[in-house]
Amino acid sequence: MSGLLVELRAVVKTYRTGDVEVRALDRVDLGIAPGEFLAIMGPSGSGKSTLMNILGCLDRPSSGSYILDGVDVASLDADQRAGIRNAKIGFVFQSFNLLPRTSALENVELPLLYGESGLGARERLERSRAVLHRVGLDGREGHQPSQLSGGQQQRVAIARALVTEPAVLLADEPTGNLDSRTSEEILDIFRALNDGGRTVILITHDPDIARAGRRVVQIRDGRIVSDEPVAARRTSARAAALAARPASVPS
Amino acid sequence: MRAGLVRTGNILKVGLKTILRNTMRSSLTMLGIIIGVACVIAMVAVAGGASQSIQSSIASLGTNFIMIFPGAVTQSGARIFTGQSTLTPEDAAAIKPECPAVAYVSAGVRTAGQVIAGESNWGTAIYGADVDWPFIRAWNVAEGSFFTESDVKGAAKVCLLGSTVSESLFPDGDAVGHLVRIKNVPFRVLGVLDKKGGSMMGADQDDQVIAPYTTVMKRLMGTPRISLIQVAAVSPDRVQEAKEQIEALLRQRQRIPPGQDSNFMMRTQEEIASTAAQNTRTLSILLGSVAAISLLVGGIGIMNIMLVSVTERTREIGVRMAIGAKGRHILAQFLLEAVVLSVVGGAIGVLLGIAASALISELAGWPVRIGAGPVALAFGFAALVGVFFGLYPARKAARLDPIEALRYE
Repeated sequence: MSGLLVELRAVVKTYRTGDVEVRALDRVDLGIAPGEFLAIMGPSGSGKSTLMNILGCLDRPSSGSYILDGVDVASLDADQRAGIRNAKIGFVFQSFNLLPRTSALENVELPLLYGESGLGARERLERSRAVLHRVGLDGREGHQPSQLSGGQQQRVAIARALVTEPAVLLADEPTGNLDSRTSEEILDIFRALNDGGRTVILITHDPDIARAGRRVVQIRDGRIVSDEPVAARRTSARAAALAARPASVPS
Repeated sequence: MRAGLVRTGNILKVGLKTILRNTMRSSLTMLGIIIGVACVIAMVAVAGGASQSIQSSIASLGTNFIMIFPGAVTQSGARIFTGQSTLTPEDAAAIKPECPAVAYVSAGVRTAGQVIAGESNWGTAIYGADVDWPFIRAWNVAEGSFFTESDVKGAAKVCLLGSTVSESLFPDGDAVGHLVRIKNVPFRVLGVLDKKGGSMMGADQDDQVIAPYTTVMKRLMGTPRISLIQVAAVSPDRVQEAKEQIEALLRQRQRIPPGQDSNFMMRTQEEIASTAAQNTRTLSILLGSVAAISLLVGGIGIMNIMLVSVTERTREIGVRMAIGAKGRHILAQFLLEAVVLSVVGGAIGVLLGIAASALISELAGWPVRIGAGPVALAFGFAALVGVFFGLYPARKAARLDPIEALRYE
């Protein structure tokens, strides 16, 4: 085995619009090791959304292979992919996509209701509470999305993505709807999760946001045009402040 | 198995939450089903009540009652109603001596006319009967007395008033002994009949005047023929025997060759009851189907709202799919939503229908009867409507493409 968590080989995705065939992805090869923090960057129309849909098992490649966590997912049907998404992928969306009029805790619990875990109601709620705690939302369990700020909503969404302990966290422009300070907080959460060993894939059009990752893949016209580690990794102001502080108390 | 149960419970939870989240819309959607089910129950209750009252009024005819009508003649295979009565008073008179299973016989004629007493004027049915008539109908005289054999023989101008007629013409209750004019013929009022109430056809049986049939035939109608014969068998278990004896006698008297249909019809109380039961069943089915259509419309309302709901929640469906909901999860969620709406609506409709039936019975004075059968049927049908009309929107939701759904604004 390659030891890779995500392995795309010669992935092609074509769409037909009338008589015109559009090649959204053109023989993309990509490998992601466990524990990586990868940013996929590209302008709109570059194929990055298509790539994300395939990475997230929302879509199937027209040709090529995709091995996710040892499972060949390219040939799975819709229901099997739903199972894979539930078990191995945590989605974080630009517009949060929380269920309205549903408490934060219930939003977080949702993936567990569709899972094969067979957890009891009590265990589900315990786990949901624990992940909400992890993203710093203690005391907000009963709040509905409309009662939460954008940053808080995105934290709920991250908690929802984490609750099944997925192999990959897939974030599509997670800071796109947030102001710069809140964006920073959200990126901090991703960095902290990655530091804890979680594989994170961040999709963005913003080079500045992309530098939160350790490795940046640039995509243009359906092809990967560059793939390199981040030289000057972006750290948040808070992280910088923490780094500047004399290392006296271990956290 | 255990995990399967847990998952079913989870889907239930997801569906119920959605309904509770949209209280206003859910209740409006249910309204269609509520009205439909309530309609079915109220209609069937009214029809059931009508049927019950008809059955009891037929039962009041007595179990040994037989009615003979002139009529139906078969000629060359076609059944023809001639309109001309074939029965005569002599036919009626022959029955009692010739048929040992018969206890009472009363020849009858029917007409209608204005009854005038002083200043009062009342249009009513005039019925000519024989002296056995009160025994056959088990109908007693409240005041005064019934006419006698000699009144019948002499075609005496005497009569008895039904209680409605008596109340109209003699509000003071002093009818007995007075003269009334029927078609300009003066009649002496011998008595007033007991109150009997509505007939099986809904007519007021107390709105009639009874006179000797001879008098009605000669003085009011000028016809030598009678329009029916009412008979009582000696006991309920000899009704069939009496019927056969009468039939043989009348065929002989009418000179009907064997193999040809009789020119008269006979109906026992049992046969009248079963015909009426058939009629009321038709009524029940008619009312029930009208109500069922409203239930169907309620179902279409559910489908409509579910379709709107699927469109409106496309993005939510996309999110659910992204986080691992399979097609069947989405299908189950929407189907369950539709079924819960229709079942809860059905339950409320049952209560409302029972209340409406009680109200109808109270206000209109109609008898109503609520059976467990129609209630269960309406409720079950409502649930079925939910499944049927929920299936299409639910399938539509389940077949959404998660990528498209997530992109939906």
